[in-house]
Amino acid sequence: MAAHHKTHTISVLTENHSGTLSRVSGLFSSRGYNITSLTVAETEDHTISRMTIVVTGDESILEQIVKQLNKLVDVIKVVDFMEEPIIERELLLIRVDSTKSNRHEIIETANLFGAGVAAVAAGSVTLELLGTKDRVDDFIAMLKPYGIKETVRSGAVAIAKSKK
Amino acid sequence: MKKTGAQIVVDALVREGVKVAFGYPGGTVIPIFDVLYDTKELTLVLTRHEQGAAHAADGYARATGQVGVCIATSGPGAMNVMTGVATAYLDSIPMVIITGQVASPLLGTDAFQEADIVGVSRSITKHNYLVKNVEDLPMTLKRAFHIARTGRPGPVLVDVPIDIARSVLDNYEYPAGEVTMRSYKPTVEGHPKQIEKAAAMIAAAKKPLVFGGGGIISAGAHEELKTFVESTNIPVTLTLMGLGAFPGDHPLFIGMPGMHGGKCANRVLQECDLIISVGARFDDRVTGFVAKFAPNASVIHIDVDPASVSKIIKVDVPVVGDAKNILAALNKIIKPRAADTWNETVNGWKGDKLFTYQPSSDEIKPQAVIEKLFDLTKGDAVVCTEVGQHQMWVAQYYKFLKPRTLISSGGLGTMGFGLPAAMGAALTNPGLPVFNVAGDGSIQMNIQELATIAINKIPVKLIILNNCYLGMVRQWQDLFYDKRYSSTCLRRGINCTPCKDPRDCKKIYTPDFIALAKAYGIEAFRAEKPADVDEVLRKGIAVDGPAVMEFMISLEENVFPMVPAGKSLDEILEG
Repeated sequence: MAAHHKTHTISVLTENHSGTLSRVSGLFSSRGYNITSLTVAETEDHTISRMTIVVTGDESILEQIVKQLNKLVDVIKVVDFMEEPIIERELLLIRVDSTKSNRHEIIETANLFGAGVAAVAAGSVTLELLGTKDRVDDFIAMLKPYGIKETVRSGAVAIAKSKK
Repeated sequence: MKKTGAQIVVDALVREGVKVAFGYPGGTVIPIFDVLYDTKELTLVLTRHEQGAAHAADGYARATGQVGVCIATSGPGAMNVMTGVATAYLDSIPMVIITGQVASPLLGTDAFQEADIVGVSRSITKHNYLVKNVEDLPMTLKRAFHIARTGRPGPVLVDVPIDIARSVLDNYEYPAGEVTMRSYKPTVEGHPKQIEKAAAMIAAAKKPLVFGGGGIISAGAHEELKTFVESTNIPVTLTLMGLGAFPGDHPLFIGMPGMHGGKCANRVLQECDLIISVGARFDDRVTGFVAKFAPNASVIHIDVDPASVSKIIKVDVPVVGDAKNILAALNKIIKPRAADTWNETVNGWKGDKLFTYQPSSDEIKPQAVIEKLFDLTKGDAVVCTEVGQHQMWVAQYYKFLKPRTLISSGGLGTMGFGLPAAMGAALTNPGLPVFNVAGDGSIQMNIQELATIAINKIPVKLIILNNCYLGMVRQWQDLFYDKRYSSTCLRRGINCTPCKDPRDCKKIYTPDFIALAKAYGIEAFRAEKPADVDEVLRKGIAVDGPAVMEFMISLEENVFPMVPAGKSLDEILEG
């Protein structure tokens, strides 16, 4: 990837209408941009949705996309977290092969990461982890040797650190 | 008051001041057309194609600055409108499009004449709505008009399922007062600090240039622009969309820039040290190769759309807001500037004429027809165009003296735009004659509207410059594809062998436009040689009502100067 490519976490507050998600995602797809992750949910005000979009790409094009996001009639506010410190979290659900003999070891690894055990079955254990993208990546790497059956990642959500 | 959805739609149009709308009926809009049947405040003009309705509404909007309205049915009707919607979107034209939709319970079932029109139109409208409850209809329509006409104008589509049109709202009242939306608040007042910065930059510039676009016309900022230019003596270039925003015969006007712009305007862009851009968006047809565009210039960019700023060209001082407000504020603080050596230099480049061509006594030169049209109208006319060579000849050789006198599809470049747009413009009663200058290719794309024009006696004067070719593409083939005229000769049949000289072709042009016009009951005249031009134009203009004038022009005339696509503005081809 070229040096001027950067990863942005963009938080978009929109009217909670059908069609808004298509409008937002359309701005990326019409420029040939692949969104790394996108999460949408209502905010404390149920008429407003928040989309958290993680995208990597050319700086000037992303700047243009942020302007175009602001231009959308349904968009109330856009925050590009490029310049400010944020708290970013992702939820991981992961099902790993396990036998009676290694289950304890897997759970110990989970404990090291602060992950929880979501479910235990005969041949597998399902773990849950809340963390930064890097932490989630590391955790998956640690579990790989046991055999990963399935992973589900929520995509990132982010909030600005409160100003001092 | 009790009203059906269909009645609410029509009532909203009337309350928004719409006097004339364009449309075509179909299954899902019958309830709306039923209400229109005896609505006296609003005339619905039945076109012969939904695309014609969209362009006519667009022409109406361009001629007046008011919101143009068209109505079409679901599925194919709405799809036919889409080219017109995209045309209006790229040129920032205020329009409201009402489309019928299949009944709500059938949405998404591939019902008869269903198309997901909010999905299809999402990227070519400023905004669109699918109405899901009749209670939402009044505010949706009110907002549609508000969004279409404010900020950077644009088309807004409202998709109305037939069950919504039929359902009854018991306590209908059209929303009063101003629209307020938390998510849509266009900036119209320029920031005073930015205006001060701009003024300082202008005062310091040695070689300034005003670069104006369609935004001046949509903001109605032409008077403020003239005041600004006359107090600062800064030369003015206008994009295709801006022509008429500053008088085309003014000594400080240096012509259109870009691909088919004048040598003077392109040279001034390349040499100037400051570009004061007002309501222009640096389209690629204007800039040529961007990296080599205006290499010495700082840029002040006045635009109502913040997303236009630094989209193509790096801007030094952006001023976001309405051009009229910003220029008025700038005029209060700007220091007068006397004409100096820069003006002398520019005037030297300008010479006597902005554009020149080789006259002929054997063949009709298209440029000569346009010059003659200007002589006869003296600029007191609305001139619409289709898209192609004839459009560029109009831009080069007709002097537009007032805003809203040129109506042309600049951004999308839609062939078939001009005739219906002229129809829309003529129905605004502009107090000026309305012409549509067309090529023989473009005119055939919406020629069915001659019926609308004939039946309603809409006084559109149609000028066809017939060179038997899709001339602009043929020109590119001539210059860049070794004269291989693939699919651009309109006399060519599938059995033709490549011809050596098109002048030797014995095939008769189809259709006979004169006979065709007469079939519609429209008077028509043809000029075959240069001596006929004046008489044919005079005859056509003298007709009380519509007229068709066909000019058999030189077959392989090219538009020059030309900056080939992707080249810089100093790499100019001349004929």
